[in-house]
Amino acid sequence: MIKFLIKGLIRDKSRSRIPLIVVSLGVMLTVLLHAYLKGFMGDTIETNARFSTGHVKVMTKAYSENSDQKPNDLALLNASAIRDQLGKQFPQLDWAERIEFGGLIDVPDSNGETRSQGPAFGIGLDLLTQGTRESERLNLVKSLVRGNMPKKQGEILISDEFAKKLRINPGDRITFIGSTMNNSMTIYNLTLSGTISFGNEILDRGAIITDLQDARNALDMQDATSEILGFFRDGFYNNKSALSIAATFSSTYKSNNDDFAPVMLTLSQQGSMGQYVKMSDYWANYIALVFIIAMSLVLWNAGLLGGLRRYGEFGVRLAMGEEKGHVFRTLIYESILIGIAGSVAGTLAGLFFAWLIQKYGIDISGMMKGSTLMMPSVIRAQITPSDYYLGFIPGLVSTVVGTMLSGTGIYRRQTARLFRELEA
Amino acid sequence: MDNSPIIEIEKLVKKFPMGRGEFTALNGIDLRFKQGEFAGLIGPSGSGKTTLLNIIGSLDVPSSGTAVVMGRTIENLTARESAKLRKESLGFIFQSYNLLAVHTVYENVEFPLLLLNYTASERKKMVSDALEWVGLTEKIKSKPPQLSGGECQRVAIARAMVKRPSLVLADEPTANLDTANSHNILKTMETLNRELKTTFLFATHDDKVISYLRRKIFLLDGKVDKEEITSN
Repeated sequence: MIKFLIKGLIRDKSRSRIPLIVVSLGVMLTVLLHAYLKGFMGDTIETNARFSTGHVKVMTKAYSENSDQKPNDLALLNASAIRDQLGKQFPQLDWAERIEFGGLIDVPDSNGETRSQGPAFGIGLDLLTQGTRESERLNLVKSLVRGNMPKKQGEILISDEFAKKLRINPGDRITFIGSTMNNSMTIYNLTLSGTISFGNEILDRGAIITDLQDARNALDMQDATSEILGFFRDGFYNNKSALSIAATFSSTYKSNNDDFAPVMLTLSQQGSMGQYVKMSDYWANYIALVFIIAMSLVLWNAGLLGGLRRYGEFGVRLAMGEEKGHVFRTLIYESILIGIAGSVAGTLAGLFFAWLIQKYGIDISGMMKGSTLMMPSVIRAQITPSDYYLGFIPGLVSTVVGTMLSGTGIYRRQTARLFRELEA
Repeated sequence: MDNSPIIEIEKLVKKFPMGRGEFTALNGIDLRFKQGEFAGLIGPSGSGKTTLLNIIGSLDVPSSGTAVVMGRTIENLTARESAKLRKESLGFIFQSYNLLAVHTVYENVEFPLLLLNYTASERKKMVSDALEWVGLTEKIKSKPPQLSGGECQRVAIARAMVKRPSLVLADEPTANLDTANSHNILKTMETLNRELKTTFLFATHDDKVISYLRRKIFLLDGKVDKEEITSN
């Protein structure tokens, strides 16, 4: 009997291949959309993480309490030792030191007199060490408008808008005027190597980017750093893991009441990011849920139509003495088989395409011209564990429920009407 | 011919709800059929022939009266017992063949045997015999869409006969066939009736079918109007 049913299933395209294709496509779209939404929503979080918060951030206790003011007098000391320790303790993260600072950019004329001047917000990061990922992380190369990336110490990047305001071009000398971490005045000469567009109003107004060592030299912060940012190596923020890592790290310094003791905060523990993480999770899941329901209705309907189309066959089988329960069960077994096969195929296909979008991304830089949002120019999907099973909701459950509904017709069917029904 | 009654119907009434009232399809039928009969219920549409065939085939139950088919009282059977009776002892032939289109001739004929849990070798032998009876051994691997109407009805006959049922119920079996094919089909059924002693009961108003029947029961407005028995 099983052989007979399988033969029928394989030979009848509208009973096997077409439902299989419909289920696979539905599941594939569900998985792909969910991964894409996760990635898209996560990208905004990632942009903030890359520029400011990291996935986790290590600071001194005092710095974290006044972090809005970027108080470098409260910076972490023995930064390299702390970073080495973090690298050993949490190898799943990539660690990067950052120095954030404020000051004045002064552009001298040929006589050394001030030609133009403007307030600047600076980020010192590792641009020159072999294998550093900081430039890639901030997408600096692609953001270059004029000139080149810094190739040696003493070279600096300035936002293109700021550079235009200061009337400077790549190759021009500028002077940074600010205060060191010890609160004494500092004057530091730099050369403009290139200008960049951040695509963000605040950064474009007056941001400068220097190599970490230049920032240290300018601010007298040898082996000190404002923050050490940690990034998950797969590039995606994982709130649960981040909280666990932060808790482990902080437990080491729990009894240390020193204001300069390091503390670790996760992205969700910084500013309003926690709310945004929750909101993005909520929206990604909500949109995915709407899509799952829509796909469920489609597949439910497909199961329903599949059952109704075979009314004649069921009638013959009932007339020949097959019990209603047996006909119903075989119908359900078939839909389970189709549901599982379609869900597996659809999930694999969905994961494959999601992986492609995760790895290579979709370049939307053409659409980003003139945008004032801090958004990445390449949108990537993010495969999460739920992508491995959520396709089975529309794929298996809806198909089987649809089939069960259509199958209830078998029970309601009056066998007395079989002769009439079976007459074409 | 065996004299034991295969079907006993007494004072059988069948009513169907219609609007607020009832429609009486069968009104006090008394009939008996013996093993090996080649009989037909004849009458115009609405005369009650298909309703009576349904009750005999355990597809429906009487409103009152009794129908005993092969010793089993139809009105007392559960759904499972009805299915068992159909599965083991009854064969059905439909007007529009109702073959399973994706299955071969062999598989269509084999299907009733699968329900009866015969072994593969038993099934093979029985299917071969049934296809031989209807002259379709050459078409064993064909599928219904590749067959003519006459061939499809022969497959349907083989499917009804393969389990050697005691009773075959045929509802307008020649309605979709031309004259030549109708005669071929009827001759085949007549031969099977004589050789295997299977009882055939038709519901028809087709003159070609009527000409082959040895017992003709004319129904009119749910009652037996008259009966004719021919000895040929």
